[in-house]
Amino acid sequence: MRQTALFIKTSVSVAALTGCLSMITPLIASAADAADIAKGKELAFDRKKGNCLACHMIEGGTLAGNIGPPLVAMKARFPDYEKMKAQIADPRIKNPNTIMVPFGPHKVLSAQEIELVSQFVYTL
Amino acid sequence: MNRITNIVSAAMLVITPFAAQATPEQDLQEFREHFFNKFPDTPKDDFINGVYSIDPASREQWEAFEEFPSYEIFVDKGEELFNKPFANGKSFVDCFPDYKKGIRQNYPYFDTKTDEVVTLEGAINKCLTDNGEKPYQYKTGNIAYVSAYLAYQSRGNNFNVKVPNDPQAMAAYNRGKKHFYAKRGQLNMACADCHFYYPGSKIRADILSPALGHPTGFPVYRNKWAGASASGDGMGTLHRRYGGCNKQVRAKPFKPQSDEYKALEYFHTYMSNGLEVNGPSQRK
Ligand code: HEC
Ligand code: HEC
Repeated sequence: MRQTALFIKTSVSVAALTGCLSMITPLIASAADAADIAKGKELAFDRKKGNCLACHMIEGGTLAGNIGPPLVAMKARFPDYEKMKAQIADPRIKNPNTIMVPFGPHKVLSAQEIELVSQFVYTL
Repeated sequence: MNRITNIVSAAMLVITPFAAQATPEQDLQEFREHFFNKFPDTPKDDFINGVYSIDPASREQWEAFEEFPSYEIFVDKGEELFNKPFANGKSFVDCFPDYKKGIRQNYPYFDTKTDEVVTLEGAINKCLTDNGEKPYQYKTGNIAYVSAYLAYQSRGNNFNVKVPNDPQAMAAYNRGKKHFYAKRGQLNMACADCHFYYPGSKIRADILSPALGHPTGFPVYRNKWAGASASGDGMGTLHRRYGGCNKQVRAKPFKPQSDEYKALEYFHTYMSNGLEVNGPSQRK
């Protein structure tokens, strides 16, 4: 399987190099994404950072709470990525009395950390 | 440490579930109804048992603990301290002449002479200082033992906290109410978020308890506190618990017996009027 994948990747990059140069950019971006998504997951699970598991069931996490809805099928629930990210940055916009933490305005997570967490959550 | 903040959002105050003009009696009725509706399977008198009143799974283990309660030796210590004469020959008995009938259910009360909320722990220390003795440290140790003994003597009496028709008393009650519903800390959560809106839900592995009946079992012996203490003494007062819950949301805790916590205790205990004293109790 891995070899096949490698082969495809190689052949695609060769095709990209020989063909349309603009193909290179998305390839690099998707490689960086995997690392970002891993970082985002770490931040989401870290009790001192997102601690999202305190309230949300998330695949791969243990001892999850159930104050908020399970984070599944995020793309279906949020066709617009930016809307989901806004919910994570400041859930008070949608629900002024929410128990969920205003991660952005209260500086629990930086803008970059919110981006990383959001990228991870969008894969769920 | 600079992450610890004490932000109280003004927005929250607008959304308290009760009308600003509600009397304490009206508040109490709505407060109870909220929990009775939320937990129809819990007998109304059982809310004194905290999270165990709504979670049958952990209740079993807790009942086993309560058969040989860890707080018992501390009740005995409290009794000893209570009866020990002060240097002037008097003792706590002179300050609390009705202790055998039970007095816990009347605390906290509002003293219209001093315009202050008087908690049981505050009254214990006042008795000491009035008699030329050194006051106890708050939160743990002797203060919790004597309080536990007085609660034990009061078991079975119903809480009967009064808010007299006095502007200062009403002000203290309303300050406590505000604390209960106001968001605070870096994580921006109110007592009400965890113990009014979401009891029964899990925050991580912990099931949140209903605020109705919260103060009835205090002081408590907590296994967690015992584990954290060199001597294995898990006793702690209500204000110790307040501090812990404030810290969880990265808010700076107030001092035990501060005006802020006394007011909170006033509101919080008034909301349990009519429920039995069952202190001290055992907690996880
Ligand atoms: C203290 C509880 C709590 C924490 C911690 C928390 N949330 Fe939430 N979350 C909620 C609640 C409750 C809702 C439901 C909406 C509401 O009440 O505002 C929610 C809603 C959401 C939604 C919208 C879901 C939908 O389908 O509408 C997303 C996305 C989300 N949370 C992501 C996160 C992420 C990511 C983190 C951690 C960085 C996090 N939450 C931490 C309580 C929490
Ligand atoms: C982030 C959630 C959260 C917030 C906010 C919170 N608590 Fe708690 N509290 C808990 C948890 C978890 C426990 C332990 C499980 C239980 O008994 O609910 C607890 C326990 C308690 C207990 C002990 C109950 C018992 O039967 O032993 C009291 C009393 C209490 N909280 C009062 C408060 C008050 C008052 C505030 C506001 C100043 C507050 N809590 C804010 C989560 C919270």
